[in-house]
Amino acid sequence: MLARDAWAELRGRAVFWFSAAVLVVALAMAAFPGLFARLGPNEQCDLRMSKRGPASGALFGYDLQGCDYWSQVVHGTRASIVVGVAVTVFALLISVVLGLVGGYYGGVADALISRTTDVFFGIPFVLGATVVLVAFPDHGIWAMTLVLVLLGWTTMTRLMRGQVIAVKDMDFVAAARMLGASDRRLMFRHILPNAIAPVIVVAMLNVGNVIAGEATLDYLGVGLQYPDVSWGLQLNIAQTFFAEHPHLLVFPALFLTATVLSFLMLGDVVRDALDPRLR
Amino acid sequence: MRYAAQRLVQAVPVFFATTFLIYAMVFALPGDPILALAGDKPVPEQVLAVMRARYHLDEPLLVQYGHYMLGVFRGDLGETFTGQPVSELLQDRWGVTARLALTAWVFELAVGVGLGVLAGLRRGGAADTAVLAGTTFVIAVPVFVVGYTAQIVLGLNLGLFPTAGTDEGWPGSYLLPGMVLGSFGLAYVARLTRTSLVENLRADYVRTATAKGLARRRVVGLHALRNSLIPVVTYLGVDFGNLMAGAVVTEGIFNLPGIGQQVFQSIQLQEGPVVVGVVTLLVMIFILANLAVDLLYGVLDPRIRRARA
Repeated sequence: MLARDAWAELRGRAVFWFSAAVLVVALAMAAFPGLFARLGPNEQCDLRMSKRGPASGALFGYDLQGCDYWSQVVHGTRASIVVGVAVTVFALLISVVLGLVGGYYGGVADALISRTTDVFFGIPFVLGATVVLVAFPDHGIWAMTLVLVLLGWTTMTRLMRGQVIAVKDMDFVAAARMLGASDRRLMFRHILPNAIAPVIVVAMLNVGNVIAGEATLDYLGVGLQYPDVSWGLQLNIAQTFFAEHPHLLVFPALFLTATVLSFLMLGDVVRDALDPRLR
Repeated sequence: MRYAAQRLVQAVPVFFATTFLIYAMVFALPGDPILALAGDKPVPEQVLAVMRARYHLDEPLLVQYGHYMLGVFRGDLGETFTGQPVSELLQDRWGVTARLALTAWVFELAVGVGLGVLAGLRRGGAADTAVLAGTTFVIAVPVFVVGYTAQIVLGLNLGLFPTAGTDEGWPGSYLLPGMVLGSFGLAYVARLTRTSLVENLRADYVRTATAKGLARRRVVGLHALRNSLIPVVTYLGVDFGNLMAGAVVTEGIFNLPGIGQQVFQSIQLQEGPVVVGVVTLLVMIFILANLAVDLLYGVLDPRIRRARA
């Protein structure tokens, strides 16, 4: 049993528990920021406190608008987590469908899907996203998700297609076909479960990369806009003042790095656990 | 050779489709650039018509794209809406970005492969653990945070590098930005080299080579490493295009006057021609780099070369 072996391997890894713990906290902050933050987003800001460093009563100090920085950073979690997870889930769905269809049927469908993948793969991420986002200035978190899905589905699709091609010629698939299984049953019951493991690993790593990408777009000023609260936006403001007020840069960067790092490490240990060759 | 030709034929439609997509994205944007040019002043109907005709804005998108690509192949990237040729605007800036991307790329290649080999040869050792932990960390920290930290610590506090601008020329002014830009890829290359080397060191052909009595140096250097570098070469090929495009952020931080800065300004000013020009050229570089990688496979792996012959 691959899954049970993998779990036994995972259970013994400190890295797994560490990243899982960080992610549970991050998910909790995203779902219930009220549990962690004293104030709501952009609430009770006092311009007289602008950019003040950490002090008693304000663990992380104050931001440019004089808002309590700890509360602001906690509220920034949601944007990152929602975009990271939503983009990856949608991209995963697309890649499963296209990878199965292309890899299983081959021929014209496969050629069409592969070439379309090549086309989107060739668009530079930052520039492509910037072009679309500037065109629609009033975008919220869901428009960001759409743009990131549009530019981010190709890697997983290629991998999925390769996996399907490798699995579809195996004996158990031939056996199921001879027993009269339909194409759809073959694809979803036999091929998919045996092909998807590496794609899931890449998906976990992808959540981290998407979060970093979203923050980069916010930082460049083309992503989310005030009054939205996100780590990327906080870093965007921090770039002007960080030499004199390093706390503006340090805290959101710390949260962002810890979250991205946890997704990457989780993906890494899961890959090690699933791949017996590396043991 | 037949393989190379086949790849080239495949790359052509991809090139046109990608550039058309970019073209459509940029020019289908809401907002009229001719009206924007005039600011708040009203534009006479005749002027509007003349301007639209001059930039083919009154024709269907596909025809506009056709006009544009014909120009590109003659070396003409069109002009901005203020009449300046795009190629002239980009002339001085290409060098900056190319130097930056190349510095980053060499850094990735040299240090990344070096660290990967170091870690892979002693799997589980101290060097391996350090490389794995360090690279995961570098991948996780967003590039602009790396950039600012490096600028403050290495540039401002320690004074090892100039903090901004290109006054010192190459390599002085490009070392720090190059390292920042290449840090993500470096981590990737190191991990890829390590994993690949670890797998190959266990392969039968390595055992055979050792059994034949070859020196360890030769076994690792000639046999294992050459095979291990195949995925690394793939990554490095794809990454050159990414580095050129990813220079937007690094050029912003270190104030380097490259195409990244230019294209970012142009996007915000809705200067469509500049954006399309730059992205079209980037896509070309990207596709050519991928082609070069495919051809390099044959050099590295005799099995692929034979299969094609």
